[in-house]
Amino acid sequence: MRIFDPHIHMTSRTTDDYEAMYAAGVRAVVEPSFWLGQPRTSPASFLDYFDALLGWEPFRAAQYGIAHHCTLALNPKEANDPRCTPVLDALPRYLVKDNVVAVGEIGYDSMTPAEDTALAAQLQLAADHGLPALVHTPHRDKLAGLRRTLDVVRESALPTDRVLVDHLNETTVKEAKDSGAWLGFSVYPDTKMDEERMVSILRAYGPEQVLVNSAADWGRSDPLKTRKVADLMLAEGFTEDDVDRVLWRNPVAFYGLSGRLNLDVDATDATHEGNSILRGAPRDEPQPAGAPATEA
Amino acid sequence: MTRPHVTPATPEADTTGGPATPGDGTTPALTPPAELRRRLADRLGGAARAWLDQALDEAATHPGTHGPISVWELRLAEAGRRCGPAHADAARVLILHAAHADADALTRVYFQGTADERRAVLHALPHLVPDGPGALPLVEDALRTNDTRLVAAALGPYAARHLDAHAWRHAVLKCLFTGVGLDHVADLARRARGDGELARMLGDYAAERTAAGRAVPEDLHRVLALTESAPATPPHGTDDPHGKES
Repeated sequence: MRIFDPHIHMTSRTTDDYEAMYAAGVRAVVEPSFWLGQPRTSPASFLDYFDALLGWEPFRAAQYGIAHHCTLALNPKEANDPRCTPVLDALPRYLVKDNVVAVGEIGYDSMTPAEDTALAAQLQLAADHGLPALVHTPHRDKLAGLRRTLDVVRESALPTDRVLVDHLNETTVKEAKDSGAWLGFSVYPDTKMDEERMVSILRAYGPEQVLVNSAADWGRSDPLKTRKVADLMLAEGFTEDDVDRVLWRNPVAFYGLSGRLNLDVDATDATHEGNSILRGAPRDEPQPAGAPATEA
Repeated sequence: MTRPHVTPATPEADTTGGPATPGDGTTPALTPPAELRRRLADRLGGAARAWLDQALDEAATHPGTHGPISVWELRLAEAGRRCGPAHADAARVLILHAAHADADALTRVYFQGTADERRAVLHALPHLVPDGPGALPLVEDALRTNDTRLVAAALGPYAARHLDAHAWRHAVLKCLFTGVGLDHVADLARRARGDGELARMLGDYAAERTAAGRAVPEDLHRVLALTESAPATPPHGTDDPHGKES
C-alpha cells in the first residue's frame, strides 16, 4: 500500500514518526506552512521557517525514504497580526522554488477583514505562480466559513478546481463538493474527523477528488491516521483501487497541478544515506559507513 | 523494523554525494563550465535543453540585479523542475556562470536559496570567485549544517584553497562523523600531508569510537595515513593564505 499524506506538519514530528510512517506505507508528504503554537513576531521568523521547509525537512524526510514537498503562505491566524503581514511581500520569491507545490494554508480563522485581505492576496499569488491553493476551513463557525471561503475563491483569479478545501466534515462536504473544489479531510484522535466517519463520508459522496490527511502537528494528533483510514476502508468493502485513489492518486493529481511534484525519492536518497540524523546506528544493525555520532 | 535507507559499512560505500549524479563522473565544481555545458546538453531532452539555452542567454544578456528578482535568479529557482533533479546542479552552476555572479550575488542567492540552490552556489565558487576569500562565509555556513549534501558541496576546491587549518580539520572530522565520503574533500592529500594536529584529532576520534565498541570509519585510516606523509613545501602565495597555525 502506498500512501501520500497531503497535509502533515513534519517539522513538529520526530524521526520515530518518519520511521513508523514509512513502515505504514507513507512514501510522500506535503507540509503546509502554518502557525507554530507560539505566535511569531516578525517576518524573519517566517523566512527561517520557509527555508527549513525547503531545506532541512525534505532532507530529513529523504533519510526515511519519503518525498517531502511544501506549501507556503501567511497562515490565517497570523494574518491578523500586523507584525507578520509584511511576509506577504517576501512570498513571491519563495513561490518560485522547486519544492513548493501550492500556496497554503490560507483561509479563515476568525473571519476578520485582515483575513479577507490575506486570503484574496494569496489566491492571486497562487494564480500568478501557476500554483493550486490549500485552503483551510475554520474550526469555529465552519459552515459560514466555508461559504465565505468559496465566495472569495469564486471572485479570485484562481479556478475553483485548483483549490483544495481542507478540514471538511459532514456539515460542509456537500457544499464543498458542489463547488467543484478538491475535498480534504483531516483525521484526528479527538477532533475534526475520525476513521469511521471518514469511511461513511466516502460511502455517501464517493472517492472523487477526496484527499485524507493526518494534519499531524505539535498537538494531539497521529501521523498514522492515513493508514488507519485505508485499513478501515478495506475492512468496510472498499477496493484496493479505491484506497489507492484516495490515499495516493488524488493527492498526486491535486499537487501535480503545480507541475513541480517529484515523487522519485530514490533519485535523491542515495545521496542522503550517510546522514546526520541517525546519531549512530544501533549496534545490532548494519551501520552506515562512518556511523554518525551526535552532531546536534 | 530495519531502517530503510542505511547502507552497510563497506570500504567502497560512498555515503553521500551531491545530488543524484549524472553518472559520468562530472562534478560541477571540478568541470570547466564549457565542458559542463557540452556534457549537460548531451543528456537533456529537447525541451529541457531549449529551456537551458534560453536561460543561459538571458543570464548572459541581463546579469546583475533587476527588480525584486532578476530573471536569471528565477531561472536558478526553477532549474530543478525544468532539467530534472539529476541535472539541476550542473544547470544552476551554468546559470550562475553565465550571469557572472560575483561574491555579493552569490551570497544573496545562497542565503535566499533552497538547499539545492545553496549546493549549486557552493559548486560554482571555484569557477566564479576562485581567488578571493569573500565567499568563505557561505562555506562556513554550509559546514555548520547537518545536511550532508551541503557539507559535501562545501568541501570543494574553493574550501581547499581558502579554509583555514582549524576549520578545515573540523570539516574533515565532521565528514567522518556524518558519513560524508572523504572523496568529496578536494585536495585532501595535499592539505592533510604532515598535519600532526589533524592526526591527533583523528587518533582521538578513533579511540572514542573504539571505547564505545563502535567501528572506526575506513576513511579515518586513509586520511590518517595521508597525515604521515612528509610535509609539502611550505605554503606559498594564495594557495593557503589562512593555513598558518601559530
